[in-house]
Amino acid sequence: MMTDVRDAHGRPLVAVTGMGLVTSLGRGKADNWARLTAGQSGIHRITRFPVEGLRTSIAGTVDDLFGQPFAAPELSEKLAMLAADEAVGQAGLGGKGDFPGQLFMAVPPVELEWPQKQVLAGGGDEAVSYDTLLAAAAAHTHRAYHEMFLFGTVADRIADHFGTRGSPISLSTACSSGATAIQMGVEAIRRGETDAALCIGTDGSVHAEALIRFSLLSALSTHNDPPEEASKPFSKNRDGFVMGEGGAALVLESYASARARGAEILGFVLGCGEKGDGFHRTRSSPDGRPAIVAMQEALADAGLEPDHIDYVNAHGTSTPENDKMEAMSCTAVFGPRMTSLPISSNKSMVGHTLTAAGAVEAVFSLLTIASGRIPPTINYREPDPNIPLDVVPNVARDARVRRVISNSFGFGGQNTCLVFGDAPV
Amino acid sequence: MTEAVVITGIGLLSGLGEGIAPHVEAARGKRDAVIDRESFAPYPVHPLGMVELDRQIPKKSDQRQMEPWQRIGVYAAGLALDSAGIKGDAEAKDRLHVIVAAGGGERDHAVDGQILTGLKTAANPGVFLNERLLGDLRPTLFLAQLSNLLAGNISIVHGVTGPSRTFMGEEQAGVDAVRVAHARIAAGQAEIILVGGSYNAERRDMLLLFELGGALLKGAPVPTFSRTPGQDGMVTGSVGAFLVLESATSAAARGARVLARLDAVSADRVRREDGAITRSLVKQFSGHHVEPASLVVSAAPGLAGPATEEQAALAAVAGGRTPVAVGDLVGHAIEAAFPAAVALAAALLSEGEAASALVTGVGHHRGEGVASLSAA
Repeated sequence: MMTDVRDAHGRPLVAVTGMGLVTSLGRGKADNWARLTAGQSGIHRITRFPVEGLRTSIAGTVDDLFGQPFAAPELSEKLAMLAADEAVGQAGLGGKGDFPGQLFMAVPPVELEWPQKQVLAGGGDEAVSYDTLLAAAAAHTHRAYHEMFLFGTVADRIADHFGTRGSPISLSTACSSGATAIQMGVEAIRRGETDAALCIGTDGSVHAEALIRFSLLSALSTHNDPPEEASKPFSKNRDGFVMGEGGAALVLESYASARARGAEILGFVLGCGEKGDGFHRTRSSPDGRPAIVAMQEALADAGLEPDHIDYVNAHGTSTPENDKMEAMSCTAVFGPRMTSLPISSNKSMVGHTLTAAGAVEAVFSLLTIASGRIPPTINYREPDPNIPLDVVPNVARDARVRRVISNSFGFGGQNTCLVFGDAPV
Repeated sequence: MTEAVVITGIGLLSGLGEGIAPHVEAARGKRDAVIDRESFAPYPVHPLGMVELDRQIPKKSDQRQMEPWQRIGVYAAGLALDSAGIKGDAEAKDRLHVIVAAGGGERDHAVDGQILTGLKTAANPGVFLNERLLGDLRPTLFLAQLSNLLAGNISIVHGVTGPSRTFMGEEQAGVDAVRVAHARIAAGQAEIILVGGSYNAERRDMLLLFELGGALLKGAPVPTFSRTPGQDGMVTGSVGAFLVLESATSAAARGARVLARLDAVSADRVRREDGAITRSLVKQFSGHHVEPASLVVSAAPGLAGPATEEQAALAAVAGGRTPVAVGDLVGHAIEAAFPAAVALAAALLSEGEAASALVTGVGHHRGEGVASLSAA
């Protein structure tokens, strides 16, 4: 029963009616898009904590949002709040604090951080153990720490602020989390469970221990100088990703209800695909099959063929392994056409915003469609002969882009791909 | 399109043992809970006890790559796959979706203690912290801590190549995992889903988080629904609980044994004002088919106020009987508490205990959920 508000599979079409964004490039879509398409980098030397002794001393942090020290979940909450404010404001859906839909949030894992533990450890010079901390906690004079470091709190506060309906979802699929949040919103609308969804990816967790954890896995670029040249996806000399922070929010609506209220349609989420990979905890299957299947599933879900895609918004982390695997997988999906199909990585400029990345890049994908301008992959000076692709090197390009596939891959065998379009299929 | 959703696999691991039998016995009062009051005094916990990991996690290298919370979960997931008869079925495991409710992994308590001690006198605390973390953290510890790596390890150890999603957010993550799995199968968005979670209670870092909020019981535990204000709190337990949910069509097609039907799952999140939990549950019950004779299983955390409100809601539909508190049997398992309660209800139905069951899940800080089941 294909009608004009349903897709090729007979399901409700899902439109995007609001978008919001905060990254190291700036606050808001307009600012971000101007700088992204100008090929500017948001990567800089870290000033939030001392970097002495660290192999990596750069990141795409979002600074100046707090006047005093803060914990990672507080920044994640702030980034989500700013992005969602912009998205909900643009959508004009529901009254203030009365969003008529569900909330799906990609949030980073949280835990008590060093400053709080130092408070509990107290003064003096006696040896500290967890029993010391427990004894201090038992006084119940630091109750705020409990709520701050519950995994559900960031989403809880966003739900309270925007008045979303039902039980908010806090989710992780590692570095594909942002895409999964959108996918879950799409699924809920297709089920007819809700007419609208607020889908958010947020990550404000650049602190010393987080950086060191990735550094110990040899995942980060160590090209600290100059910082803006460190993230170089698809280049032969790429040497790891650069941590980034950001928040992105999308208001999804059933096309039927968006059209009925005369909302401006910013684009459509046409398809979602996902596939697990049981090969290794951090590495992808050498044959790329899970990534290939995720892309194919997204295309099939959208009712599209590979030839219908005009641009690939790459995961493109700038790690030696990801970019090679992604290029190979794209070539398998798109065939010989892949050598001329534009593919670029936003991470060359904003770094890897981790939990937020899939949502950040969804917003950039939709802006690409709306503006007819493909953001570049910057820092592309040494082409990798093993990746003979059109990575839109260094300079943005004007082109008609009707449909985009956006890739997100993560530790733990997570592969999620989304297809966006300017119109229903 | 609405597909009936059935439970074809149950994987339970706790201090009571593994599988359906010891948990059913305990629910029937024929087996006592195992509680350790010494190791983490003054906080009692339900310890896991000895588990022969090789039975579900054959490779030592895999065991070493995980922290206990992951090993518990991977083990219980394996039990569920065995129970559903799909452990060796590569085709089924390729279309099997996974939804895990998870927190985070264990910290290295010794390293944390040494660093905190050193920070007290360090001339430059920031630099000291960098040096010690770089030198003392095991590189692979991060992977044992990441929330989504329980699902990742299930993929690796059991060869599950369908996609996974991890929900976070304490008890409500467990409610929503079961709710979303049910909704996706009912709507035809998935055919077969492994859903559940795990919790390791034998760790001071998590006791610390909950003690900060004053949510832990100290001393000798009394039953969940007999706890009174000031003498209440959570008694956490090490638990792995997974279910294989499947469309009735898929189960029939592969000739699977149906253990119980999962008829409906709902979730809510209310501001915790007086009476709010009761109102939420009563409202949710209206979407469930409940009979006066229904078995009632509760995932209550052990806080007196919420338990009183939960009982008030249940009085209207279940005749005021005290629910089976899964926390009294295996300990409160946070993210795994609701999956464990649903698993126990399904196990009891499969053993002929009742014709239908109602499961309640009220989080210690947020979230309220309900599931209803009926016998196959």
